[in-house]
Amino acid sequence: MIKFSEIKKSLLISIWFMFLTFPIIVIRVNPTEKIIEWRWHNIMLVGIGSFFISYIWRYFLERKELGEQKAKAGEEAKISVIRKTLSNPQNFKPAMIAVGVLAVVFPFVFSIYQTNIMITALMYVMLGLGLNIVVGLAGLLDLGYVAFYAVGAYSYALLNYHFGIGFWTALPIGGALAAIFGIILGFPVLRLRGDYLAIVTLGFGEIIRIILENWNEFSFGPSGIANIPRPGFLGMKLSLEYSIIYMYFLMIGLTLFTIFVVNRLQDSRIGRAWIALREDEVACQAMGIDKTKTKLTAFSLGATWAGMVGVIFAAKTTFINPASFTVWESIIILCIVVLGGMGSVVGVIVGAFILMLLPEYLIAFSDYRMLIFGAILVTMMVFRPGGIISTVRRTYQFKDETSERKN
Amino acid sequence: MGLILEVKNMTKDFGGLRALDRLDIDVAEGEIVALIGPNGAGKTTFFNCITGIYAPTQGDVLVTPYGKKQERINGLKPNHVTEKGLARTFQNIRLFANMTVLENVMIGRHCRSSSGILGAIFRNRKTVSEEKKIVKDSYTILEKIGLTTYVNEFAKNLPYGAQRRLEIARAMATDPFLLLLDEPAAGMNVRETEELDELIVRIRDEEQISILLIEHDMKLVMSLSDRIFVMDYGKKIAQGAPAEIQNDPVVIKAYLGEDIDA
Repeated sequence: MIKFSEIKKSLLISIWFMFLTFPIIVIRVNPTEKIIEWRWHNIMLVGIGSFFISYIWRYFLERKELGEQKAKAGEEAKISVIRKTLSNPQNFKPAMIAVGVLAVVFPFVFSIYQTNIMITALMYVMLGLGLNIVVGLAGLLDLGYVAFYAVGAYSYALLNYHFGIGFWTALPIGGALAAIFGIILGFPVLRLRGDYLAIVTLGFGEIIRIILENWNEFSFGPSGIANIPRPGFLGMKLSLEYSIIYMYFLMIGLTLFTIFVVNRLQDSRIGRAWIALREDEVACQAMGIDKTKTKLTAFSLGATWAGMVGVIFAAKTTFINPASFTVWESIIILCIVVLGGMGSVVGVIVGAFILMLLPEYLIAFSDYRMLIFGAILVTMMVFRPGGIISTVRRTYQFKDETSERKN
Repeated sequence: MGLILEVKNMTKDFGGLRALDRLDIDVAEGEIVALIGPNGAGKTTFFNCITGIYAPTQGDVLVTPYGKKQERINGLKPNHVTEKGLARTFQNIRLFANMTVLENVMIGRHCRSSSGILGAIFRNRKTVSEEKKIVKDSYTILEKIGLTTYVNEFAKNLPYGAQRRLEIARAMATDPFLLLLDEPAAGMNVRETEELDELIVRIRDEEQISILLIEHDMKLVMSLSDRIFVMDYGKKIAQGAPAEIQNDPVVIKAYLGEDIDA
């Protein structure tokens, strides 16, 4: 298995890496004592590390290519373990029960701190599923998604501040306002796609943030809005601990609702139109689909979820300012969708949990967070470009003449 | 039988280039009409102008759906043209690659159904029955085209000939009265072309769909078409029955070039 040429390649790569990292890894200048420190042992580590990593990397790449060739040659493609366990109906029920039980007992078993993290993760699940409509299904690369999140959060904060409107009223209002903003953004970008669309939406996201930052009379500028009430339970005011537990169950409910809606949309007439739009815009129009309408529904429906999560975010943190709505937020949500698997509901959920929970539990590596993050994404793009769990389209079964439909 | 498509005086300019030059073409009910011409003659541009992908610089496109009044459709968006009853296929296959074969055809039913977002979320009775009908209709079309073995296969995994036929199936799903086929036999082998020949005749006879096709395979064109239009450099240079076209010196000149001695 170990070939000499492979070792040679890895050796060359490791030498190249040692050369590249030499100035930062080896030399350390101490300007106060005017000493140059030569840390030769570091370059040893870099050399050995890059040698092994490049070797393993190429080993997996080769295996992947072999697999693709096999699939092309008509052999039964190996289905991944995840896919197998997921598609097996026998595993499905117990898995759902296990997840359900875990979800219910979670806040009582784990600390409030953990529950809080879970709430955040669930928020990102919702955001990811919302963006999944725009990016995964309709194929419109939206880098300004956080703008709608901000619209939702500020609509609750401001409505509450000025008119004393409560959480439950604000939730649909925030969603609706975000949907309107989705249409406002959608109209001018109807003709754009791909990179151009990404740039315009990126700009839109920044415009919203900058407005919030500078329009002091309206949004209180960078100092933000404080004392936003948490959602009350049947008019009662809850203690901090109970309100977090309450919030947790609220999030579970809303997440289930989101999954339910997105699932149904995916397999509907509208959902198919979105996917057709993603696959081929010209053919999609030629088949009688109204491009304008389809794009706008995708934008506004995606934005609705962001608006609703925005309201929840404002209620959870009780304080918001424009700093929470930077481009970075949009990128994270996009990463959730891409990492999890574009268009796949389960994939997005898994992606959200990975990207939200890993940084929390690997706090020891917090210095290298961005490094690990980048490495994961690059690896994913090379080995599983379709995401962790790629989409499965619904299949239909037909009994000879009577075309009955089964799942 | 009456004319169902009348194109009058159609001109299309791309900047200084005149791609179509005062073109008059018509199709009668139940006809198979072929549009031929050397590469770059403007045949596909002509299709794009009829179907609303391009707006013609000048001229009229008039359609008369079976038993209805004549309508002017130039300047309409592609999706509205399709709603009027003109469906097309593409020269370079444009299927929805990551959708199943059945879903591809179901997309064709989109403009003949109406359920919206709320229907999709709540799955009321109307939506469910409509959805069932879409599935059933789409499957029936696949049966007619002979693609039922691939129902749940991704479109991109189909063999080439099947992809071409799926494009036709998808276009048929929009309930057209006129089907515009852009080089349906391109890249097909002899056997597949023969099957396609049969299929097109069957579509015309059984589905009562008239056909306008662009094709380079002269054997297919001559055996299929009732009438042929010949284009060169955006102009119509000849029209008539296959036998007439075959012996037309102008057509031969366009294809083979001018004789040096002449």
